[in-house]
Amino acid sequence: MNSLILRTTTGFLLSLLMLFSVYLMLRGHNAPGGGFIGGLTATAALTLYAFAFDVATVRKMLRLDPLSIAGLGLALALCSGLPGMVGGDAYLTSRWAVLLLPDGAEIHLGTPLLFDFGVYLVVIGVGCAVLLTMAEERGE
Amino acid sequence: MNTLMALLIGILYASGMYMVLRRSMVKLIIGLALLSHAANLLIFTMATLRRDRPPLIGEGETALAAPYADPVPQALILTAIVIGFAVSAFAAIMIHRVYQTTGTDDLDQLHTTDS
Amino acid sequence: MNLLLVAPILLPLLTAALCLLAWKSVRVQRWLGVAGSAALLASALALFAEVHVRGIAVSHAGEWAAPFGITLAADLLGALMVVLGGIVGLMVSVYSLGSIDEGRERFGFHPLVQILLMGVCGAFLTGDLFNLYVWFEVLLMASFVLTALGGERAQMEGAIKYVTLNLVSSAIFLAALGLLYGLTHSLNMADVSLRLARLNYPALENLLAVLFFIAFGIKAAVFPLFFWLPASYHTMPVSVSALFAGLLTKVGVYALIRVFTLVFRDDVEFVKELMLVVACLTMAVGVLGAVAQMEMRRILSFHIVSQIGYMIIGLALMTPLALAGTVFYLAHHIIVKTNLFLVSGAVARATGSFELKKSGGLYAAQPGLALLFLVPALSLAGIPPLSGFWGKYILVKAGLESGQVVLVVVALAVSVFTMISMMKIWSEAFWKPHPLGLTPAPVGLLNGPIAAMAAMTLLIGFGVEPVMQLAERSAQQLLDPQSYITAVLEARR
Repeated sequence: MNSLILRTTTGFLLSLLMLFSVYLMLRGHNAPGGGFIGGLTATAALTLYAFAFDVATVRKMLRLDPLSIAGLGLALALCSGLPGMVGGDAYLTSRWAVLLLPDGAEIHLGTPLLFDFGVYLVVIGVGCAVLLTMAEERGE
Repeated sequence: MNTLMALLIGILYASGMYMVLRRSMVKLIIGLALLSHAANLLIFTMATLRRDRPPLIGEGETALAAPYADPVPQALILTAIVIGFAVSAFAAIMIHRVYQTTGTDDLDQLHTTDS
Repeated sequence: MNLLLVAPILLPLLTAALCLLAWKSVRVQRWLGVAGSAALLASALALFAEVHVRGIAVSHAGEWAAPFGITLAADLLGALMVVLGGIVGLMVSVYSLGSIDEGRERFGFHPLVQILLMGVCGAFLTGDLFNLYVWFEVLLMASFVLTALGGERAQMEGAIKYVTLNLVSSAIFLAALGLLYGLTHSLNMADVSLRLARLNYPALENLLAVLFFIAFGIKAAVFPLFFWLPASYHTMPVSVSALFAGLLTKVGVYALIRVFTLVFRDDVEFVKELMLVVACLTMAVGVLGAVAQMEMRRILSFHIVSQIGYMIIGLALMTPLALAGTVFYLAHHIIVKTNLFLVSGAVARATGSFELKKSGGLYAAQPGLALLFLVPALSLAGIPPLSGFWGKYILVKAGLESGQVVLVVVALAVSVFTMISMMKIWSEAFWKPHPLGLTPAPVGLLNGPIAAMAAMTLLIGFGVEPVMQLAERSAQQLLDPQSYITAVLEARR
């Protein structure tokens, strides 16, 4: 597709959507959201970018092969379960660290976040791999 | 409500089975999707349907108040839907490939590997 | 303990992830595949040793206690199956170094094999029915892609049959799960077992048992639900069909054993009788199908079906001896059948065809390979003192003790027909000269895994005593579900 309007707006929308997808992923622990939905949003953003420009641009932007991103996510999600085993507990037992901010607010960082981030990457990787491959096939 | 759901599930199973038995590959895939939807609805219904009782612990309470919708089947269905989605996506791509290599949508033409 | 239980699932997953990271380099993936499978086998052996010494191992993921959390549990049968999965995985990984084409490797052959192994190990180790469904789907998805990978015409035709029948089976499994949940409000196998025993709905229980039997029966390829197997297994590359032949139907058999020893214990007499009939017909129809074939892998595919019948016998009789026979047979069959498929690949490589009419002359050119074929082939037919003989001997003895004369007669007759099939392969592919006068080419690396698995067959055959004791111990464990239930529900925190 070759539309100036779409290309101009997509530039802004991409960063906005990516930010939104990260927000969705972060709030996922106790509220609607999570790695899966965040990943889908990010994939949708990247697909939009592929619509506005072309598939090659998106591939270049991702730097890594989409499936390698999925592999990275898989490895991350897998490793997120390991810290729980250090104290003799079962695999995937959550471990938390509390970060105290100067203004007294607390941020709870834990292994589930790492897991969610892994899922986020897997969904982006697999989604992009499927969609980009299909888009390329049609272009042939 | 239960009767309605039972009827709906029955209709889904029947139409899914009918579609699977058709000769067209596209209809086969639709039939398989219908079968998995029927199974999902069946799980949903088996857990007793309840209106307006979400399984949420109220402010200041420590346990769920008695009649509440069972959250487990919903989690199961969610998982099954995601799996079903992946399987359907794969199946759609597969019949596309089959069509490309064999040039037909008719299952009766795919008999060279039967013994 | 915790680590041992998750390792057989995590190691293949990690290997798959690393393979994806090395997506561009086929060579790295190849060696990662071999290393991952070797690590899987090592971890499986460690788990087996632990279970053998200390009894049933249980782990609740995230420390969420049963029946709410995700339960992993390994009894002797489960641990044994994981070890066998590791063996098959390693052998196929090594074999594929020399046999799989680069095109398939480029499109993810190695990570897919690892994901399949993960699904298989997960199914063997889970203590939860819904997780069993999820693991089934994991291994099915990997197997779907492996079936279709390459996209040749015959392969696509085989794939569509394979995929359709397995999806129908999954839908039935899911429906059965829903009904079971409605009845017991639990999905943890140990918990479901307790709750079902307290309920008293024999009709519903029988209905559920039949649904589970059909769902797993399709996956295990029992009569009359086996048609997808001989229609698809001969269309894939040899490495893939050997992997499938060794593991996939056996996951179905394992699920049947698990469900019918743990979950449905009483009140399912109807299903037991159904199983006896099905076992007889599966044996007979499978072997008769093989007699009519002249393509090596089709013959072997039909023999998978017929051998599944033997395993169902033990389950249907449900005496300690019969169940031990089934466990023994599972172990013997996985090794022998995988090996025969590997041999078929070597034969095709050497003579240029899987068609028996178009091959020949292998005995003169490569007596070593011929000998390596004879070990699993004669074992499959049940010639003493190879492993198959002992498996059949135990099952026949158990059948006679239970007074099932018809069953015994069928089992013995099927054995004879199996022998005929194996002799057919022997005389056509090995004994007669090649119809085109070609000298079969050497197969090099492919001999390695074949020889290793033949050695295992001999080991089981000659060292039958310890294997038999192991089978008996796992049968005792299976017949005493209370120990499993206690282990799962009261696991150490």
